[in-house]
Amino acid sequence: MSGSTRSSAPRLRVAGLCTAIIGPLDLVLREGECLGLTGASGSGKSRLLRALADLDPSQGRVRLDGQPREALSAPQWRRRVGYIPAYSEWWGVTVGEHIAVSQSGMPGPEALLLDPDILTARCDDLSSGERQRLALLRQLQCQPDVLLLDEPTANLDARATEAYEAVVAAARARLGMAVIWVSHDRAQLARVAAAVIVLERGRPVTP
Amino acid sequence: MSLIHLTAWDLALAAALVVALGVLSVPMRLGLARPLLIAAARAAIQLYLIGLVLNALFGAVRWYWVALTALIMLAAAGYEVYARQQKPFAGWFGVAIGPLSLFVSSFAIVVLTLTVVVAPTPWYHPQYAIPVLGMLLGNTMTGVALALDRLTDGMRRDCAGIEGRLLLGQTARQATLTHRQAAWRAALVPTLNAMATAGIVSLPGMMTGQILAGSPPVEAAKYQWLILLLIVAGTGFGVMIAVEWGCRRLFDDRQRLRLERLRTDRNGVSAGKPH
Repeated sequence: MSGSTRSSAPRLRVAGLCTAIIGPLDLVLREGECLGLTGASGSGKSRLLRALADLDPSQGRVRLDGQPREALSAPQWRRRVGYIPAYSEWWGVTVGEHIAVSQSGMPGPEALLLDPDILTARCDDLSSGERQRLALLRQLQCQPDVLLLDEPTANLDARATEAYEAVVAAARARLGMAVIWVSHDRAQLARVAAAVIVLERGRPVTP
Repeated sequence: MSLIHLTAWDLALAAALVVALGVLSVPMRLGLARPLLIAAARAAIQLYLIGLVLNALFGAVRWYWVALTALIMLAAAGYEVYARQQKPFAGWFGVAIGPLSLFVSSFAIVVLTLTVVVAPTPWYHPQYAIPVLGMLLGNTMTGVALALDRLTDGMRRDCAGIEGRLLLGQTARQATLTHRQAAWRAALVPTLNAMATAGIVSLPGMMTGQILAGSPPVEAAKYQWLILLLIVAGTGFGVMIAVEWGCRRLFDDRQRLRLERLRTDRNGVSAGKPH
């Protein structure tokens, strides 16, 4: 299966990916492309993202820009294939410990309709919506080649969702970053993704 | 002052105090009378038997008997490390990590102490080797068990936080720094506190024993200080080995967190990742 509609270079190429409950699954994700992923709860969407981020063991061939996964160390792989889980973790005391105040070319909190002072906020005081948006800023600092988003706007209102989608689109254009976007919202996937995969019991089915 | 030998009557008098405590606890329905009496009887039998064993060992002074005794002590201490954990490591690693870390730390330090510091003749003389090893193993065992329990419990509870750090490109060592530090502190703080208050709040057991046995107090103090230093070093090295090996065991070659390598805990709760 290919989520590609463009002829740019393959960024992520997956062949025969299998875990205990996923696959076998093939996909090709090209530079700057966004692939939607949906399916019923428990169909294996998050498990697939975890396997791609190399958090769970999996079998099959996974290549990034032509390089096999095994050629990169696990930390290198996870910086280049960034994964934002549905519930992001925040340790330490303040948000500023996670996100640098100013990085050239990187979106700031205001791009996601957040107060710029939020960087001085205590991690324990963040709402779930703030956590989701800040997790995006934190991951973009690594400038990943591929970004795996697990229901990233589940706790956001319409305006914040729109801002989130815009920031991801800008990063795709600027970094050539490819995205896999998990959502139950088909309308959102139609907006952000060039193609959509539906998972059922860990296997792709025709939408 | 020479040693005052205890008669059976002296010991019976002390035992009577424990019996009285047990009897008084019955109307309070604490359920402690029976365990109290059993524990007191067990201690009496165990100590008497080890007294007989040590008597024979001190009389024979053969290296192989000392080695056999040391191995039995090590196996018992290793088992105790395993038994004291809520979620021990599964498989051979869970059984081996205690004895191995105790062996590398306590044994090495005891051999060094006997050959270089105390230097009895022969160096493995059981009168020195067995008590020093016993003191060291007992304390190191407690430290290693505390450290492993804190490490595995902390990593299990914070598995999402650890994976969050891994996702930002941290190595397994970076992602578990706070958990390893917490394990270190849990293991070493009681030993450090004991050392800091030794001689002020209480006289340590070994020093008390030596004084009661007629040793000059300053000589007893020197031995006690030596033992305290050895205990800190033994616990520290034992904990270092156990925490490093334990932490590595919970990751695979791709630095993925593998909590399924912990056994289901004693309350039947799975040690896997809570998704």
